[in-house]
Amino acid sequence: MRGLLVALAFLPLGCWASGAGYRLDRAPIDPRDLLSLQSGARTFVNYCLNCHGAQYMRYNRLTDLGLTEAQIREHLILTDAKVGDTMKVALSAADGKAMFGAAPPDLSVIGRSRSADWLYTYLRGFYRDAASPTGWNNAVFPQVAMPHVLWSLQGERALEIVSGKDHGPNEYRWSQVSQGTQNTVQYDTTVRDLVNFLVYVGEPAANDRKRIGIWALFALGILFIFAYALKKEYWKDVH
Amino acid sequence: MASRLMALWDWFDARMPSVAEEFRKHASEYYAPKNFNFWYFFGALSILVLVIQFVSGIFLTMNYKPDANLAFGSVEYIMRDVPGGWLIRYVHSTGASAFFAVVYLHMFRALLYGSYKQPRELVWIFGVLLYLTLMAEAFFGYLLPWGQMSYWGAQVIVNLFASVPFIGPDLSLWIRGDYVVSDATLNRFFALHVIAIPLVLLGLVAAHILALHDVGSNNPDGVEIKKKKGPDGHPLDGIPFHPYYTVKDIAGAVAFMMIFCVVMFFVPEMGGYFLEYNNFIPADPLKTPAHIAPVWYFTPYYSILRAVPPLFTSQFPGVMVMGIATLILFFLPWLDRSPVKSIRYRGVLYKSALAIFVVTFLVLGYLGTEPVTVWGQFGPWMGNADVATVAARVFTLLYFAFFILMPWYTAIDKSKPEPERVTM
Amino acid sequence: MSEKKIDSTRRNLIVATAAVGGGASAAAAIPFAWSWWPSERAKAAGAPVEADISNLAPGEMQIIEWRGKPVWIVRRTKEMLDSVRKSDDKVTDPKSDELLQPAYAKNANRSIKPEIMVLVGICSHLGCSPQTKGADAKAEMGADWVGGFLCPCHGSKFDLAGRVYKGAPAPVNLEVPPHTYLSDTKLLIGDDKKGA
Repeated sequence: MRGLLVALAFLPLGCWASGAGYRLDRAPIDPRDLLSLQSGARTFVNYCLNCHGAQYMRYNRLTDLGLTEAQIREHLILTDAKVGDTMKVALSAADGKAMFGAAPPDLSVIGRSRSADWLYTYLRGFYRDAASPTGWNNAVFPQVAMPHVLWSLQGERALEIVSGKDHGPNEYRWSQVSQGTQNTVQYDTTVRDLVNFLVYVGEPAANDRKRIGIWALFALGILFIFAYALKKEYWKDVH
Repeated sequence: MASRLMALWDWFDARMPSVAEEFRKHASEYYAPKNFNFWYFFGALSILVLVIQFVSGIFLTMNYKPDANLAFGSVEYIMRDVPGGWLIRYVHSTGASAFFAVVYLHMFRALLYGSYKQPRELVWIFGVLLYLTLMAEAFFGYLLPWGQMSYWGAQVIVNLFASVPFIGPDLSLWIRGDYVVSDATLNRFFALHVIAIPLVLLGLVAAHILALHDVGSNNPDGVEIKKKKGPDGHPLDGIPFHPYYTVKDIAGAVAFMMIFCVVMFFVPEMGGYFLEYNNFIPADPLKTPAHIAPVWYFTPYYSILRAVPPLFTSQFPGVMVMGIATLILFFLPWLDRSPVKSIRYRGVLYKSALAIFVVTFLVLGYLGTEPVTVWGQFGPWMGNADVATVAARVFTLLYFAFFILMPWYTAIDKSKPEPERVTM
Repeated sequence: MSEKKIDSTRRNLIVATAAVGGGASAAAAIPFAWSWWPSERAKAAGAPVEADISNLAPGEMQIIEWRGKPVWIVRRTKEMLDSVRKSDDKVTDPKSDELLQPAYAKNANRSIKPEIMVLVGICSHLGCSPQTKGADAKAEMGADWVGGFLCPCHGSKFDLAGRVYKGAPAPVNLEVPPHTYLSDTKLLIGDDKKGA
């Protein structure tokens, strides 16, 4: 019976049919890379924070990234917000809906509802589409309401989607239409840093959590040695 | 110093002797079989998790706001702004899943060693009531973070009541207090989650333990230790719960806490099973997520619900079958007609039936977390039916077969004779 | 309790397990106890506030909110400062010996600059907010009234340096909050370290 249970535990993996659609790239993020997080924060406040808020994230929490409050105030607060305020956005949900057809979602926990891989692929998956109201479309999120905000960095790209034969996966053919200020490697790094930052913002306590976890397990390990020895000591008279 | 403490204790004991009396009755002179194995940790662990949930829950209510406009934000406030709040929240969310994990293992122990059989029917009945109450507690609590999964999960479950003939639509309207799940629903679920159901749980735990201590614990051999008593009047195969099982359970509790901490500190989302990704999107009554699934501990029953085809466009048969799937547990003591309790002395029929049942429960649980298309479709020869739906129907039948056929296969099973005394 | 002899190994193990277990339980209690300290939101709301006093005319009062309490900023005139001297012998604590002001405001006028007075407008008796009574309120306050504040709840009187008059229910002077000048016209209330 035990063998059957073990076999069963692995069953779901074999059955995990990947859904159709664009294949996600693995996001090479590192939550301990402070320089990457700082660079991501800069991209975030310059490009994202105009329409998207992060209403549960306080500016002064960014001291986690190795910045002082003075640095945060100087480089990362582009509004009249105070350093203890949350990253709110001036654009109201109603205005956003009127402008884009859908209110730009708050990004506080976007790193938790969407995976890092999804965000990484999505932000690199915009292409020109004359049929869309914004002139942009996305390989990961078809008919997305958001235009390509980082296009001046990446440049414009075009995408041809060829339907796969026999219900096979679609084929995606990318081409560069115009150059941006960054080449592909630089742009991937920019997006990597931004996604790294979004994942951090999703759970700012994540690094503390892992650090404290090590100590908790260490303490419980010591306690277990004593508790187990005590049990052994008592149980030696049970025959 | 020590004599002072003893004097204080004597003073107390003279005025309230029932404390020492109850301690003797339930611990130092409660004789438990000496051959408890690994499976006997989970009762004590359930109490540990209950305490963890009480403490962390009380502290969460200090900052949580049961208001549709504030609930989601107040959870993120706890996760970010309240000092140590993230840890308290993770204790509670991990504890919820841990509760069901230990309860399922505890119930499996009962199936292994026939713990529900005469004379422990009442212990089992209080246990099943605890399990159902715990499900209610988890269901009400899951709405509180007010994310998309909270919202649509509650919407779907409450709408199940709408399928009850005649009174259904009014019944679900009454439960919600509004035309959709709303602020009113959130507020009443909050009240039920933080006070009403916990009180019921406490009462049932007391009943469960009192009923157990009146008849005495079963053991992996399924023999009644009270039948063989020594000259001192205590069972020969029994040892006092305190100190033997207190020290053993303490060691077990520490080991359990290590596993708990690994999950809580390193994988609190457990790959989307303990904290679902879509629940990090605030509830939106206008937009249903593409794929909604209940939390993992409800999914076996959710699978059963989905497996039953609607009758005359009514979901009611599915709801009824799902209800019966839980209620049938109550009848277990009377369905089992084997002369022995423990799996050790049962024949091949019960052993096979239990193995199939475990596989059935796990497969139903897995299927409940996935969309019905997860295993693709059959060809036209099966009417292009979803493989997973057909599988769920087969396993639903197996689920009920375990119970319904039990009087037959346990009666004809070739069991071995039980020993006179327990084996170590 | 029991007459049985507990051998020393057993006793030592009990003590060791209880000690480590007690330590672990205490550590587990920390996050719960810790959660009662002010949250980041409370700290942000209680952060120092800036006050622009460039438009504050002599003899006028400006009220700003800091940590949910009214803070009075008064630009005292020559007459008002003189009135403070007149009340020196009528107040309980003329030299401000009770530590209700930062060291830099422990002087005759209880202020950094003599004319600018900064006070938390909460009565030191039971927490009501006193009202302004100018020197012209002699009809109400008595002929020798030189101007100051009156608490509406229990009638405590304060002079224009926030010092409590003798015989009032309030035991001590009004509090001077930590504050600093960011420039000649900008005050920071709640923090006296520059650059914060």
